[in-house]
Amino acid sequence: MKLIAFAAHTAPAEGQKDAISLANDVDPRTVPLEGVSRIDLNFPKFTDGRAFSQAFLLRRRLGFQGEIRATGDVLIDQLVQMQRSGFDVAVLREGVDASAAQRQFDRYKGFYQGDAVHVVPHFAEPASTLGPDAAAYAGELERQHSA
Amino acid sequence: MYQYTEFDKQFVRSRASQFRDQLERWQAGKLAEEEFRPLRLQNGWYVQRFAPMLRIAVPYGELNSAQLRVLATIARDYDHKEDNDLSKANPGLSDLKSLPSRCAHFTTRQNVQFNWIPLDKSADVMDLLASVNMHGIQTSGNCIRNTTSDERAGVAIDEVADPRPLAEIIRQWSTLHPEFAFLPRKFKIAITGATDDRAATAWHDVGLHVLKNEAGEIGFRVMVGGGMGRTPVVGTVIREFLPWNQILNYLEAVVRVYNRWGRRDNIYKARIKILVKAEGQRYIDEVEAEYQQILTHDGAPHTISQQELDRVSASFVVPASRVGTLPLSAMPIPTIDPADTNYPRWLARNVAPHKNPALRCVTLSFKRLGYSPGDATGEQLDIAADLADRYSAGEARVTHDQNLVLPWVRADELPALYAEAHAAGLAKANVRLLTDMIVCPGGDFCALANARSLPISEAISQRYQDLDELHDLGEIDVHMSGCINSCGHHHSAHIGILGVDKDGQEWYQVTLGGSDGSDLSGAAGAGKVVGPSFAAAEVPEVIEAVLDTYRSVRQSAGDKAETFIDTLRRVGHDPFKQAANAARTSTGRAAPQAATAA
Ligand code: HEM
Ligand code: SF4
Repeated sequence: MKLIAFAAHTAPAEGQKDAISLANDVDPRTVPLEGVSRIDLNFPKFTDGRAFSQAFLLRRRLGFQGEIRATGDVLIDQLVQMQRSGFDVAVLREGVDASAAQRQFDRYKGFYQGDAVHVVPHFAEPASTLGPDAAAYAGELERQHSA
Repeated sequence: MYQYTEFDKQFVRSRASQFRDQLERWQAGKLAEEEFRPLRLQNGWYVQRFAPMLRIAVPYGELNSAQLRVLATIARDYDHKEDNDLSKANPGLSDLKSLPSRCAHFTTRQNVQFNWIPLDKSADVMDLLASVNMHGIQTSGNCIRNTTSDERAGVAIDEVADPRPLAEIIRQWSTLHPEFAFLPRKFKIAITGATDDRAATAWHDVGLHVLKNEAGEIGFRVMVGGGMGRTPVVGTVIREFLPWNQILNYLEAVVRVYNRWGRRDNIYKARIKILVKAEGQRYIDEVEAEYQQILTHDGAPHTISQQELDRVSASFVVPASRVGTLPLSAMPIPTIDPADTNYPRWLARNVAPHKNPALRCVTLSFKRLGYSPGDATGEQLDIAADLADRYSAGEARVTHDQNLVLPWVRADELPALYAEAHAAGLAKANVRLLTDMIVCPGGDFCALANARSLPISEAISQRYQDLDELHDLGEIDVHMSGCINSCGHHHSAHIGILGVDKDGQEWYQVTLGGSDGSDLSGAAGAGKVVGPSFAAAEVPEVIEAVLDTYRSVRQSAGDKAETFIDTLRRVGHDPFKQAANAARTSTGRAAPQAATAA
């Protein structure tokens, strides 16, 4: 996920065609997306989670290939969640220290449920993609099937 | 019990390290208080009157003995009143000296809470919990909370199917779901596979009943939009039958529609129950449309494979030590003091039948004088762990009624278990009787309370210590909450008690005739308020007056007396209301003032 400092971000201009921003109560399925290459979604407060569902719909349901940018009250503890919901760019809120951000991406080896980007849930992943757990998982299956 | 895989274990450890990272950034001033708050909440750390309260998730209530022992350690080593700043005592509300510490508290949501752990020790406690695969993930905050279930799941004789594998699959799906961590409000799912609803499913945001259709296929009846709080609402059935393997896809639709349309402008209208009530059929239609999109467009990625159900189910097979149990006739007959009248009652009240006729499901009662309902000291937790190891294949369940259940007890070992539980004070024969009350922490601990609940429950329990009388009164649900948030489920009680604030004083509203939806209580519904609120000292008098009325008007068939709730339904509320209101004036309390109370 690409992080942008607050100062380096410019909101789409009124009437701009290739970049638009959506308020978080807009249903993205009602918005014409032809010619749009960037969509800004807004977090008025980081605890308002509507934009996660908007991003999911844009990425998964509508197959939007362009940039989905998180703006507003963007902190580092929600970045992983944003990425999994379909955001690929985030503008950190003014004054947020980005130095602890990378640690957040490195922490979990995987998640249980599928998401907007990595669609397949953990339980449905082929053993070959399970990393270090694959052997344990396959072994467990085998044990259960032979029991 | 579910056996955690390496992935599961690593996940919990990652969460503990993530929390430490967040705590340290907050301590270093790099994370503002209001930014840290939701993060700590989603790990179970509330900050209450005197100290943080830690809520630990117990998925569908199942605990093993190793986990019980770690909880015992936390109670002993970290749950210390003395380590906290007690100057924030609310003079009217808490009696600091008598507040329990060094103990864990079982909650109505099958979780465990601690009340006195200082925040600077929180990351250490999370590491300790992670050592036995425990955590506080999503035990608070506006996210999908711990999924609760039947305390007898997998062993109940009235079960259509064991709900635990499906509960576990739902647990995994809901854990750190990226889209649903900041919903309009908290979100609770309950699931049962039995015909008698012991999980109060109608009172949850989503209530799931596992059932079989005519073709013998397993599926769910799905209820949405139940909840308590200031607007008690019973859930609406939005699907009569959903195939079992579609439950995650369907839940995704239910929660996504809520995330988009749930109200965020008013905290009191933010629960899904308000959306379902306001939109009615439109909400249901939208969920169905979203579900169809997930199926047809998104490819239904969360369809549960038979292989995955088999994998998870394999964790829930009958424990090996309980498979080859002795035939009953070959069992030695132990001796119990014939003068111990508690024992036959304990067998009748605290011991439930089991799918396996050689086994029983036994409740250890944590409702006894001198302890708050559901409180367990470190020592008692260790004893419970020992009992679980010796008599229940190392497994216990936290119940919705704030007790512990041992689900795998051999019938021939009941006398031995009884003797040990009795010695530990955990064999009171009061399950589902008057003194088996559900009680929230109330004003003694909770910063949101309007009134205390622990001293009231203590006073009522004191009054009803006579076992003959308790058993004569029969099964009755008394639930108490210290404020309208309804953590003590007062709405669903046969007799509900609710703390209300009036002129900075503690007052209590009494409700009658609520139901949790179990066979005993009938269709789920909220009780009706008796009248103006009562002063604290009047509450036990009111309860007594109501119960005396019951005894005077109940009918009996053979040696079986009509239950309190059946009597109330037959004769109506009026005689009970009159009796309750008479108790008000009899104590000479300020009736005119009370008449205007909320
Ligand atoms: C001291 C810590 C606690 C705090 C601050 C707290 C806070 C709250 C709040 C604010 C609500 C209302 C939420 C809403 O309507 O959206 C609530 C409801 C509830 N809480 Fe608690 N609570 C605490 C302890 C407990 C305990 C100990 C239990 C279980 C014994 C519990 C179980 C519940 C339940 C079952 C509800 C009702 C849910 C519903 O409306 O369906 N809480 N709590
Ligand atoms: S009902 Fe009120 S007083 Fe009781 S725990 Fe819940 S919020 Fe606190």
